[in-house]
Amino acid sequence: MRKTLGLAALAAVLACGPANAQQVNVKIGVLSDMSSLYADIGGPGSVAAAKMAIADFTKDNPNVKVEMIVGDHQNKPDIGSQIANQWYDVDKVDMIIDVPNSGVALAVSQVANQKNKVFIVSGAAASDLTGPKCNANTIHWTYDTWMLANGTGTAIVKTGGGTWFFLTSDYAFGHALERDTIAAVERAGGKVLGKVRHPLNTNDFSSFLLQAQSSKAKVIGLANAGGDTINSIKQAAEFGIVKGGQSLAGLLVFASDVAALGLPTAQGLVLTETWYWDMNDTNRAWTKRWQQERQGKWPTMIHAGVYAGVLHYLKTAVALKGNVGDGKAVVAQMKSMPTDDPLFGKGAIRPDGRKIHPAYLLEVKKPEESKHPGDFYKIRATIPADEAFRPLKEGSCPLVSG
Amino acid sequence: MFEIFGIPSAALFGQLLIGLINGSFYALLSLGLAVIFGMLNIINFSHGAQYMMGAFTAYLILQYSGLGYWPALIIAPIIVGFTGIIVERVFLQRLYKLDHLYGLLLTFGLALIFEGVARNYFGSAGLPYTVPESLRGGQNLGFMFLPNYRAWVIAASLVICIGTWFVIERTRLGAYLRAATENPTLVRAFGINVPRMITLTYGFGVALAAFAGVMAAPIYNVSPQMGSELIIVVFAVVVIGGMGSILGAIVTGFGLGVIEGLTKVFFPEASNTVIFVIMAIVLLVRPAGLFGRRA
Repeated sequence: MRKTLGLAALAAVLACGPANAQQVNVKIGVLSDMSSLYADIGGPGSVAAAKMAIADFTKDNPNVKVEMIVGDHQNKPDIGSQIANQWYDVDKVDMIIDVPNSGVALAVSQVANQKNKVFIVSGAAASDLTGPKCNANTIHWTYDTWMLANGTGTAIVKTGGGTWFFLTSDYAFGHALERDTIAAVERAGGKVLGKVRHPLNTNDFSSFLLQAQSSKAKVIGLANAGGDTINSIKQAAEFGIVKGGQSLAGLLVFASDVAALGLPTAQGLVLTETWYWDMNDTNRAWTKRWQQERQGKWPTMIHAGVYAGVLHYLKTAVALKGNVGDGKAVVAQMKSMPTDDPLFGKGAIRPDGRKIHPAYLLEVKKPEESKHPGDFYKIRATIPADEAFRPLKEGSCPLVSG
Repeated sequence: MFEIFGIPSAALFGQLLIGLINGSFYALLSLGLAVIFGMLNIINFSHGAQYMMGAFTAYLILQYSGLGYWPALIIAPIIVGFTGIIVERVFLQRLYKLDHLYGLLLTFGLALIFEGVARNYFGSAGLPYTVPESLRGGQNLGFMFLPNYRAWVIAASLVICIGTWFVIERTRLGAYLRAATENPTLVRAFGINVPRMITLTYGFGVALAAFAGVMAAPIYNVSPQMGSELIIVVFAVVVIGGMGSILGAIVTGFGLGVIEGLTKVFFPEASNTVIFVIMAIVLLVRPAGLFGRRA
């Protein structure tokens, strides 16, 4: 009886609405690459997105007080985990968000687990974060290597690109992307003719491109990122790869990379993303606000993921009445509540920590098709949420099997 | 490693040529470094940043005045060379009497500042720059497709390298320069303005870096970190060639480009390490470098 009364009282408090809801205090840390390779795909843009999410949420929920701090992990896993340790222990940060660079994200994920806090990944790609390396404190929001490989790889094989040659960045992320893409290509009936692994931050790809050219593969898959992808595409155009009948598949390309290449060079490139700024009016309006802080830049799906992730976290904090000390409980609550935000729409977080939403197969427009600055893509297909990500059972995440 | 027999000779020729083209960039950059070290005794760590500034200046010239690649190839090196002259007048000239280390630290600091400023204003992803209309397309050489732009890179770089070598080693001006490095007081006694000559030499070395930057802009990603990624390799080239040796810088630049190119075929994972392995071996066998004079 007493229990029922308690529950009733609880329900009454929840039903009271924000006006006399109790005070909720949370502290969020945006940990990103602020000054190097990935500073444009995450970095200051992620900070701007987090600020917007906090502003939007606290406007409707004046009882919520959010503090935010920012850190630069410099793409070094040791620095990343050191900052995470300090934030969780000393600075009393409740949740860390973003963390591009899979190596750093895997390290921070472990720290979050040890300290029983919350970690929301938007910037990193490795599907291992919700696979063998998953834990009850980590949520992977925006995208991952499996989804990229599945989206781009399968679609290209289906449209006639049956034979592949890979240019792969020689570290954990590149290997994961290559592995996932080969699986997707072979599942769809394609064949892999060869691959070459290049060191990270290679300047000149002409030698590798010649090897790709002589392999006679129909598709050259770029399992690399950032400057390496830009260099490969720029030089492929120069060597007449696309004119010679081979096509390029950018397995991880962001809007900022397309801007850096320019449409004349990037046109025709096929890629997969989960969010594109010019897709609908809501995204455009959001981008306009975002650009007040990041003039002349284009937001990437990582930025959108940071916004949506912070929003969902704050909703959870209110649902828990500000009891955000126990990271596992918070993440469990985040998983049990359906997600709903202006950028990704309605979605859900699976038991393995994977956030589920649709993905889009995009093609870079020809210069003459582009109507305004930032008008980069045609949408070729929408991959529904339940097909876009690796099936829950195939990830070998201990949270699912155990 | 054992695929050497599996690769047809035609493909091998292609890779050799590609290596030579990459070598052109190494040669151009290490040439500037060698000139600066040989004449000023400064280890110019901001060379990579100045290479990046060359590419960025070309981009800005295109954005704000609409002038394309060809004018930029002349204007950008002049502008960046001029900033080099300011750096020399304001900072470097105070360091000549001190240990090499001071010049190295100063130029390294400057490089970080230049890069930071570029990143602050332009972001890190990079800026678009395309191959000029007149150099689009390419030739089918039978064994490979040679883009016209690459052919131009190799020709221009050879001309600049040989020209610079000729001026320094074979002309009167070059003789003054070399004499001023050996014994500035004596050269000054002959009525030659040594400090001005040194300033202009630094400006020239920096302009060479900027020239390489403009050459790189159409084919490499124009980003703030483009220089720092390349400069380490270029330093290795200079060390292998012999610090301060002009001919050494040119020959090793092209040579290492070829070796690196071949590594990309036979053992791609090691392609960014091979130059350093060679450097270690050369330093063990000939500490002054292949073309260096023993101090």
